[in-house]
Amino acid sequence: MNIQRDRRRFKEIVRGRIRENLRKYITYGEMIGRRGGDLVSIPVPQLEVPRFRFGKNGSGGVGQGDGQEGDTVGKPGEGPTGAGSAGSGPGDGHLMEVEVSLDELAQMLGDELELPRIEPKGTANIIAEKSKYNSIRQTGPESLRHFKRSYLRALRRQISTGTYQPGDPCVVPIKADLRYRSWNEVPQPQVNAAVIYMMDVSGSMTDIQKDIVRTEAFWLDTWLASQYQGIETRYIIHDAVAKEVDQQTFYHTRESGGTRISSAYQVCADLIDKSFPPQDWNIYCFQFSDGDNWGDDNRKAFEMLQENLLSIVNLFCYGQVESPYGSGDYIDALRKKFNDQESLVLSEIQDKEGICQSIKEFLGKGW
Amino acid sequence: MPNLTPGQLTPELAAMQVEVEAYARDCGLDFFPTIFELVDADQLNAIAARGGFPTRYPHWRFGMEYEQLSKGYQYGLQKIYEMVINNNPCYAYLMRSNAPFDQKLVMAHVYGHSDFFKNNLWFAHTHRKMMDEMANHGTRVRRSMDRVGVEKVEDFIDTCLSLEDLIDIHRPFIQRHRQVDRQDFARSSSRESPPELARFRAKQYMQPYINPPEVLRAKAEQVSREQSTLTFPEHPERDVMQFLLEHAPLEDWQADALTILRDEAYYFAPQAQTKIMNEGWASYWHSTIMIQWGVTAANVVNYCDHHSGTLASSPTQLNPYKVGIELFRHIEDRWNRGAFGPEYDRCDDFKKRQEWNTRAGLGREKIFEVRRIHNDLTFIDEFLTLDFVREHKLFRFGYNPGTEAYEIESREFPKIKQQLLQSLTNRGQPTIAVLDGNYRNRGELYLQHTYMGVELQLDYANDTLENLQQLWKRPVHLATVLQGKQTVLSYDGSEHQLETVEPDPETDKYISKDKDGEAAA
Repeated sequence: MNIQRDRRRFKEIVRGRIRENLRKYITYGEMIGRRGGDLVSIPVPQLEVPRFRFGKNGSGGVGQGDGQEGDTVGKPGEGPTGAGSAGSGPGDGHLMEVEVSLDELAQMLGDELELPRIEPKGTANIIAEKSKYNSIRQTGPESLRHFKRSYLRALRRQISTGTYQPGDPCVVPIKADLRYRSWNEVPQPQVNAAVIYMMDVSGSMTDIQKDIVRTEAFWLDTWLASQYQGIETRYIIHDAVAKEVDQQTFYHTRESGGTRISSAYQVCADLIDKSFPPQDWNIYCFQFSDGDNWGDDNRKAFEMLQENLLSIVNLFCYGQVESPYGSGDYIDALRKKFNDQESLVLSEIQDKEGICQSIKEFLGKGW
Repeated sequence: MPNLTPGQLTPELAAMQVEVEAYARDCGLDFFPTIFELVDADQLNAIAARGGFPTRYPHWRFGMEYEQLSKGYQYGLQKIYEMVINNNPCYAYLMRSNAPFDQKLVMAHVYGHSDFFKNNLWFAHTHRKMMDEMANHGTRVRRSMDRVGVEKVEDFIDTCLSLEDLIDIHRPFIQRHRQVDRQDFARSSSRESPPELARFRAKQYMQPYINPPEVLRAKAEQVSREQSTLTFPEHPERDVMQFLLEHAPLEDWQADALTILRDEAYYFAPQAQTKIMNEGWASYWHSTIMIQWGVTAANVVNYCDHHSGTLASSPTQLNPYKVGIELFRHIEDRWNRGAFGPEYDRCDDFKKRQEWNTRAGLGREKIFEVRRIHNDLTFIDEFLTLDFVREHKLFRFGYNPGTEAYEIESREFPKIKQQLLQSLTNRGQPTIAVLDGNYRNRGELYLQHTYMGVELQLDYANDTLENLQQLWKRPVHLATVLQGKQTVLSYDGSEHQLETVEPDPETDKYISKDKDGEAAA
C-alpha cells in the first residue's frame, strides 16, 4: 500500500474527473510563495465531507493573550474553532513566504488550469544518443550474465534432450545456453519550440491593455518553457506596418496610428520561413490586439493567415483585449471565416481576471 | 514512491531509548512497551496522513492530508516532530532528519503519551491492537471494492464519514441496551407471535381459578398498550451509526463499511476528548525529564527554542500543549501547598490564599490521579480556577456580525470557563440523537439536535441530511434551532424542507410527546 494511490485519487477529484458530487466541497487554503519581488499564492485544495457542525452564529472560543474587551482577534476563515480543535503543533498556521522556482510555477499553473502536456510534432533535432540496456546477446562479460534467461535455456535444453530428472533437479548450463545483457543506442530527441508574439500597438491600445498582454505572455512563456527544452521567443509589433523587435521594446513601445494586421502576418510568415522551418519546429503564434483593424485589410489578413500560417503552425492564438477605443470586430470576423480551423484558438480577455481563463483556452488542447 | 516499511533505530538512538526509558520509569510513568521507528520526512508525512497507521483502507482524504503535509514540509512551513499511536505495543515515529538532541526530547514526550494511553480510563475500551485492526479494515474495504467497484464503495464511505461524528462517546462505559445481533434471525421471527404471559403453575383443572382468563386478558391488553406507546428507539439514541447499522436497509458490504468507520470513530474519540490533557501530560514529562537529566549547557538554547515553539499560543487558538502543561503544574503546585479542600475554599483573603502552604506535598500523587480519571471536559471543570485564568490571560471571544470578525468578549472567569466547557462538550460537536425511527408511522427517521446556544451551519446540515437519507432510504428529519426558532429540516430524497415550529406544544405533537415521555420517566 502506498499513499500515491490516495493522492492520485484526490487530485482527480479536485480536477473533477471523478466523483463530480464532491466538487462543491472543495475549498482552497493558501500558502504564500515568493518569486523575485512578487508574492505567489500556492493554493492548497481541501475537500471536506459535510457534517453536522456548528455555524458562525453564537460561536466563539477561548483565547490567550493581551487585549481589551472589544478588540478584534481574528476573522472567520482564519479558523478559530475554539479549544476543541486547537493547533496541533509548532509552526501551525503561520503564513510564511517561500521561494518558488519558475519550473514550480509552471507546474502549479499546469495543475491549476489542468493544462495537458503538449505533444511535440515532427522529427525534432537530435542532440544525443544514449545507451540503454534493453537487449540480450549470446556473448558478453560475465558481469552482465542474465541468470534467469541462461537458466531457462539450460533447463529447456536438458528437458528436450531428456537429461533433466525431476527427482534430482540439477541444471548445468553449457556455453551455448548463456545469455548476456546488452545495450542499444537510443536516440534522444529534443524538440524545439518557437513562440512568436504579435502585438497591436496602435493608438487604441492603452497601457492597461499592454499590461494584460505582458502578464499573459509571461505565463504562456513559463508554461511553454516547461514543456520544451529549447524555446525561441520572437516578438513582433505592428500598427500600420510591422517589425520584429526585442522583448524590451515589445513590452514598452507605444506607437500610434492605424492598424494593419496583415503586415504583422507578413513579418511572421517571413520569420518562420527564414528561421523556423516548420518540419523541425513546433511553432506557436500568439497575437494580441484590441480587434480594431483597418477596414479593407481583413480580406488580405485572412488570406495570409489561411495560406501562410495556419497550415504550418501548431497553434495560432488570437487574444482580443477589450479596449474602450477599439471596435472589436476582428474576432467576430475571424470566427465567421475560420469556424472549423482546429489550430486557431480565439479568446476574449475582458480584464486582468480573464487572463487565467484565456490561458486555459489557448493551451487547453495540448498541441 | 514512499516506502512505508519503517526503519530501525541507529545504535545511538537505541541507546538513547534505553536511557530515556529508564528516566521515565524513575518518574513513575507506567507505559506500554514502546517501539520507535526511524522514518524520513516523506514517510512520516504519508503515515501521518493516515492518522499514524501505515496501512489503512484506501481513501482520497489520506491523499489530501499527504498533499498538504508534504507541500507544507516542502516549502518549509511545517514539520511533524513526533507521532504516537495508541496501541500495545505503542508505536512512535522519529523523523530521521531531527538532531539527536531533538530525538531525546521527542522520546521523553512519547513516553508521556504512552503512559497516558495506558492509564487514562477514557482509553480503557479502545482497541489495543489497532495497528492490526486498521490493516484488516483495509483488507475488508479493498475486498468490497474488488467486488462491487471502487467508486461505489468510496462513495458509500464518504456518506458514512459525513455521519462519523454521530456516535455516543459514553457508550463504551455504559450498557444502554441489550446488544442485538444483526444475524440473529430467530429473534426477529419470534417477535411476530405474541409474547407468552407469565402464568402461575397450576394443574389443568385449577387453571381458571389460579390464572383467571379475565386477568390474563387484562394483562395482555396492558402489555400491548405499553408496547404501542413505546417509542422506537425506547430512549433517544445518540449512537446514530449503530442505529443505522441495526435498522437501515444496508447491503452486507455497506454494513461492513459502516461498522469499520464506526469502530474507527470510537477508537479515535478518546483522543479528541483528551487533547488538552494528553498533550499537557506529555509536555509536562518531556520538560521534567529533559530538565532533570537531558539538558546540558551545549543544548539548553536548542531545548528552550523547541519547548517554547511547542507551547506558543495564538489569540484565537488555545494551544492544548500550553493549557495542559500549565494546568498540570498548577494542580501540582496547589496540592503541594495543600491549597485545596473546604478550608482553603472558604478562605477569601487573597493574600492568605496566595501564601497558603501546609506542606502537604501531594502534588505528584494528585496529577497521576488526575491523568487517570479525567478527560478534558472534567479536567477543565474541576481544575480551571480564577487564579489560573488571570495568570494566563485567558479571554473569551465571540463572533460579531457587525464587524464580521471575532472580538474579545469578556475576561470574566465564569464566562470563560463556560465557553471552554461548551467547546469541549461532546468533542466540540453538536449533540444529535435519534428520537424516532418510525416517525409519523411511515418509517421516517427523526433526529434531534440538542441546542446549547450555537446553531448548526445550515448548508452543511442539509448536505449531511442528504447523506443520511441515502442510508435510511426513507425521508429524514432533523429538529434544531435556527435563528432562535425551533426548526425541522427535512429531506425526502428529492427536496429539502425547512419548517419553523412555534414553541407551542399543540403544533408539533412529536416534540410535546417527547417532553411528556421525559417527564414520565
